[in-house]
Amino acid sequence: MEQLLSEDGVNRELLVFALGKEEYGIDILKVQEIRGYDAVTSIANAPSFIKGVINLRGNIVPIVDLRVKFNIGNPSYDQFTVVIILNIAQRTLGIVVDGVSDVMTLSTEQLRNAPEFGAALDTAYILGLGTVDDRMIILVDIEKLMTSADMALVETAIA
Amino acid sequence: MTIDMSQFIAVFFDEAAEHLANMESLLLKIDVSAPDPEDLNAIFRAAHSIKGGAATFGFSDLTDVTHVLENLLDRIRKQEIALKAEMVDAFLQSGDVLQSMLGAHRENGDVDQNEIQRVTQMLTRLVADQEAPGQSSEQVLTIVIQAGESFDEQMLLDELANFGEVQDFEPGDIHSAWRYHLKTSASEPQLLDSITFLVAPERLSIETIENREAAFGLFPTTPAPALTVDEGFGFFEPLPNNQVEVNVEEQGYGFFAPITPPTPASEPSTAQIVEIAPVQAARVPNERNADKSSADSSIRVSVEKVDQLLNLVGELVITQSMLAQNALQLDPVLHEKLLSGVAQLERNTRELQESVMSIRMMPISFVFNRYPRLVRDLASKLGKQVELRMIGENTELDKGFIEKLSDPLTHLVRNSLDHGIEMPDVRLSRNKQAQGTLTLKAFHQGGNIVIEVSDDGAGLSRERILSKAKERGMSVSDNMSDNEVWMLIFEAGFSTAAEVTDVSGRGVGMDVVRKNIQAMGGRVEIQSMTGVGSTMSIRLPLTLAILDGMSISASDELYIIPLTFIIESLQPKSDEIKTLAGRGNVINVRGEYLPLIALYDIFNLSAKLKSFEDGLVIILEAEGQKVALFVDDLLGQHQVVVKNLETNYRRVNGVAGATIMGDGHVAFILDVAALVKMAQHVSSSDIAKLAA
Repeated sequence: MEQLLSEDGVNRELLVFALGKEEYGIDILKVQEIRGYDAVTSIANAPSFIKGVINLRGNIVPIVDLRVKFNIGNPSYDQFTVVIILNIAQRTLGIVVDGVSDVMTLSTEQLRNAPEFGAALDTAYILGLGTVDDRMIILVDIEKLMTSADMALVETAIA
Repeated sequence: MTIDMSQFIAVFFDEAAEHLANMESLLLKIDVSAPDPEDLNAIFRAAHSIKGGAATFGFSDLTDVTHVLENLLDRIRKQEIALKAEMVDAFLQSGDVLQSMLGAHRENGDVDQNEIQRVTQMLTRLVADQEAPGQSSEQVLTIVIQAGESFDEQMLLDELANFGEVQDFEPGDIHSAWRYHLKTSASEPQLLDSITFLVAPERLSIETIENREAAFGLFPTTPAPALTVDEGFGFFEPLPNNQVEVNVEEQGYGFFAPITPPTPASEPSTAQIVEIAPVQAARVPNERNADKSSADSSIRVSVEKVDQLLNLVGELVITQSMLAQNALQLDPVLHEKLLSGVAQLERNTRELQESVMSIRMMPISFVFNRYPRLVRDLASKLGKQVELRMIGENTELDKGFIEKLSDPLTHLVRNSLDHGIEMPDVRLSRNKQAQGTLTLKAFHQGGNIVIEVSDDGAGLSRERILSKAKERGMSVSDNMSDNEVWMLIFEAGFSTAAEVTDVSGRGVGMDVVRKNIQAMGGRVEIQSMTGVGSTMSIRLPLTLAILDGMSISASDELYIIPLTFIIESLQPKSDEIKTLAGRGNVINVRGEYLPLIALYDIFNLSAKLKSFEDGLVIILEAEGQKVALFVDDLLGQHQVVVKNLETNYRRVNGVAGATIMGDGHVAFILDVAALVKMAQHVSSSDIAKLAA
């Protein structure tokens, strides 16, 4: 929970995206840009949620489809498919989500601890739950998640 | 306000390293008998700058060593004392020590304090020696081998002969010690190092003349003729130095004519000639090229910045080609101005790309410059006379290569010195000059850079390589072409050295060289003629970032195969393809059966073609293994910009990197060596399945 607070005690801004009917929030400082889905070059023998790599202004950037990874949402690819490019642990990678809805700051009163049973993802990567009116936003430690071993994005898990 | 000192320290390290390199190259070029005052000043300035910088940053150990060094250099340049070959050696050694100290400070490591002390003492001694002029480094050392079991005398004599002249020896037996009197310029540790291979170190000791005198009381029974001579020493005043004592001993043989200590002026000069010879042997011909002034007008930029610039320009090139492609569809009359603008953009982009590329380029002299020293040291160690010639040092190549090239090149140079160039007497007997020539040459040839290491030595022995290959059970025949035979020495663990020497022949060898070169996208070739010499050529692409590749397609995916691994491509006929154990395929290529692997199989893509006849087979060779790779189609040859996949992702088996094609799409570059291994794995797991 403390990780959501920045150094000067103000709550960080979150980027909220949708996966199926669930809403997830990640630290906006990890987000580099949001772009559409381009043709990817698929990687041989990679897990199905790693769609492949794209050319992002000269950088080779891997693309993960979180919808496939978490088995929620609708993995279809058209001109409306959203890719969030993240900067994590000095790496650049993209995640495919159903849509980006909001940028918001949550106050401490709006934060809840995550219950022990999680959604599709392990509660180890959930920092907490945020409530806005009757919406529930799952706050994800995106860095820890993306560097975890089962994402198979990095050689050995950094976290 | 705090100042971040670390950035200044980094600059100091870089500059100090540069000063040291400069100092070393000047020292190697210097003519001991008539040093150029300008060079001496430059060497002094280098030492002085290092000392100043070290003092500023509080590296007191560096300051101490450079201080002594500077003192001696200062006196030499003021012509208070004369330069000696021995001093050049000492300077070079202190350069090494300074280098390791710099490295230690940079990485917070430790330096061998003994080494520092040794060098400092050596320098101090050199200064002190000058108080008593006429000193020569040659002295007579007595090697004493304690009584006990015997050893191979001939081997020992041979070994000692490498260091100097064995004047006489007193044979020992089980009860008395062996003594060898050796006139040499080598130091005791050097001698001990090499003799301990033959005699157990605990039985070994070395006496200089002085302590030999003292030791005589302990060995009164030794019936040495020298003993009587040495007794004569009592008649004379203690002599100022060893050299004179040697003369006395020689002259005093057998008779006792009254001898007056020879004055330094009358001292025979032969000793000095002997001592300077190896230095001259390995000296680079004095080439005063113009790079003295060019060093000043440069700036230091971090490699990352240049890489970033290169990336951006690469991106610009892709954007430009996209623009150009789209512009082709426009009506040339209506859009004349736009089209000419696009054409101009293309020209400018290309020029920009070229000049950015050239920033990464450095002259190959950065690699070559370490070899005068290496050759000098090695030649004197092996007792060979070698002249090193360097041609085309200003040929430029990618900075990335500069670092990676030094290892394989060092290996080739060592090989040439050790196995190629013969001992002076052998050379004379073969009607060659006693002094061998080792040539390092770099030049551009058709989009490649070629680096040659050639010697005029013995050349490779076809018979020996073939018999060695047969011994190792390799499939060879006597009617193989010379070229094929030479290529055998690149096989792992293949060493033709008749014996393992200190220098090479320990089994890690040419295979590693070839692997390193291939990793850079280059290849090695050998030309050799028995008795005339051999030339090893390394052929590299101009930069690390660019690779010549063949684009191929397999089930709608595009891949790049580095051209260096491709031998040929062919259209397979169904009767050439056979199955092995019902599963694995092999293809018969002119009588040779090669494992046939399909790219879609290895990469788990869906097969698009129905039969092998619809596609193409590319014969690849990596690390001595040939395989046939089945692909859908060959598309064309490109120069591609290599991008690292691991920057943002992990390593993918079978993929060496990625590149961006003209249309902006990513294509993977195949790792042929890994593919070959994967193919072997597939076939062996098949065999395992069959066996189960």
